[in-house]
Amino acid sequence: MTANHSLEVQDLALGYGDRVVIESLDLAVRPGGITVIVGANACGKSTLLRSMSRLLAPRKGRVVLDGKEVHRTPAKELARTMGLLPQSPIAPEGITVADLVGRGRHPHQGMFTRWSREDDAAVAAALEATHTSDLAERSVDELSGGQRQRVWIAMALAQQTDLLLLDEPTTFLDVSHQVEVLDLLTDLNRERGTTIVMVLHDLNLAARYADQLIALADGRLHAMGEPAQVLTEDSVRAVFGLESRVIPDPTTGRPLMLPLGRHHVLEPSGLAAEN
Amino acid sequence: MSAETAIRPLGVEAVTRGRIRRTARRGAVVAVLAVLIAAVFATSLMVGRTFYPPADVVAVILGEQVPGASFTVGTLRLPRAVLAVAAGLCFGIGGVTFQTMLRNPLASPDIIGISSGASAAAAFAIVVLSLGRTGVSAVAITAGLAVALLIYALAFRGGVAGTRLILIGIGIAAMLDSLTSYVLSQAAEWDLQEAMRWLTGSLNGSTWTETVPVLLALAVLAPLLLSQARNLSAMQLGDDTASALGVRVERTRVIVIVAAVGLIAFATAAAGPIAFVAFLSGPIAARIVGPGGSLLVPSALVGALLVLVADLAGQYAFGTRFPVGVVTGVLGAPYLVYLIVRTNRAGGSL
Ligand SMILES: Nc1ncnc2c1ncn2[C@@H]1O[C@H](COP(=O)(O)OP(=O)(O)OP(=O)(O)O)[C@@H](O)[C@H]1O
Ligand SMILES: [Mg+2]
Repeated sequence: MTANHSLEVQDLALGYGDRVVIESLDLAVRPGGITVIVGANACGKSTLLRSMSRLLAPRKGRVVLDGKEVHRTPAKELARTMGLLPQSPIAPEGITVADLVGRGRHPHQGMFTRWSREDDAAVAAALEATHTSDLAERSVDELSGGQRQRVWIAMALAQQTDLLLLDEPTTFLDVSHQVEVLDLLTDLNRERGTTIVMVLHDLNLAARYADQLIALADGRLHAMGEPAQVLTEDSVRAVFGLESRVIPDPTTGRPLMLPLGRHHVLEPSGLAAEN
Repeated sequence: MSAETAIRPLGVEAVTRGRIRRTARRGAVVAVLAVLIAAVFATSLMVGRTFYPPADVVAVILGEQVPGASFTVGTLRLPRAVLAVAAGLCFGIGGVTFQTMLRNPLASPDIIGISSGASAAAAFAIVVLSLGRTGVSAVAITAGLAVALLIYALAFRGGVAGTRLILIGIGIAAMLDSLTSYVLSQAAEWDLQEAMRWLTGSLNGSTWTETVPVLLALAVLAPLLLSQARNLSAMQLGDDTASALGVRVERTRVIVIVAAVGLIAFATAAAGPIAFVAFLSGPIAARIVGPGGSLLVPSALVGALLVLVADLAGQYAFGTRFPVGVVTGVLGAPYLVYLIVRTNRAGGSL
């Protein structure tokens, strides 16, 4: 349904003030796919997403969308192609769900243009897709963390972009809602061809839902590719400094990472013998 | 979960209905405020030491010569009432702009020193430099922008705004207010009326000379500010979200600050920093309009109504005549205390 867009990062360096967060990064998001970025806290995942969506100017290098540098693309034009749900968006006090979701229509509206039926339809569809229709008239302040997260996703959906960047869309959600949000994003990807790039902390869900997995470490690309290639015991050690076992997930065939903490693990030799 | 929504799906019609309901309330509030302003405006032209009936007032406005009324209404009351409305609009819209942008009701220009800066500069320009109208306005705006820039530079260093910005602003406001007092005390002929104007705001003795620049500022800067209303609403969701929605955040911020400071400074150069009008209008408008949607227009109207009513009350409601700023000051101070108490308990926002 939608054109597949190519999003690439070339020789990108990012930072704040004196702090260098990303030194030099090259990557290409899979067009029409689901790309998941993983990495330790503070390794620069949010910083990378912010730069991809034009928020943070590169120190060096560029972000290229369909052959055009995003930092040279007019803001509204870009916002009709690519949306971003930041890690911690702010809801104004007392705003209702429908109103908040409606703010996602901003790039489709002119300075003084009136609301169109199309805008309302986009809001209704976004509410429906995220199962938040019942909450439409409620105040966002009084929602649970999980409900609020789904409302924010609805706002991003109302923007109706072919490319959607999401920074930890599953935080605050219980396991069933996490799966539900990821299923929803997968539906969006399969049915509308929306290209999705998201940051996730749960490596197993990342491996399950990603077509392409990107692991960042120390401001550099550690690995990029199929989940089975990227999620390995070695990469978990390198990226997170954690010993683990990675086995095939019996339900999906994707890799499944089992962390080995210092406690509760049965005979390490016993585990090794199974392989 | 999905079963629930399958039973009661919210269609496009329901979304449309909800949106229309929200807009309708705003529209009604704006209409009622406009009618009230018109009514108080008309009253303030008619009443006073001598009462003039509507027919005389209309005749004067149409430029006819009416004995007595031509001077009292045309020269004394009309410019004063027009300045009350114009300054109120400026303070109301300028105040809510800052409060919205900084997500804090305490962050209004009269609390964080921008009005004080414009006022100190205006007093200095008149008392010490003996400048004319244009010069006074220019100096006031420069000072207002300089204070805005200074607060921005001091408060945004660590990226954390909020409380720090407000505390710095309150400090700067106190410094500038004492500067105003000092400048006034140096005046050759000490005039209490003039002093009150620059310290709390006053409309006494207003003529068209003061009023016209404010009207011009409104004509230019208010549309500029309103053109940014949608962007400002998007920025309430945080800079990142706004930017992802296609708002050029820095550009919007610059336009909005310059326009809002300009409006505040022009109004201050004419009427002084009418106490707390900028600070009160936004929260009052927010309460009556309800959540969501831009508050710029409702807040501007609330500001105009506040100044008109306060000035009328200050002139006639008490035994002696009080400048308008004293009346609004009495209204605003308790709310300021309330907000500070509330903010101390939990982070406040508009
Ligand atoms: N606005 C900012 N100003 C200065 N430094 C920042 C800013 N935002 C992030 N940083 C720093 O940049 C580094 C990377 O931050 P970033 O938010 O990109 O990490 P992250 O990978 O998203 O982490 P998390 O998993 O905790 O969300 C951190 O050291 C952080 O302190
Ligand atoms: Mg992050």
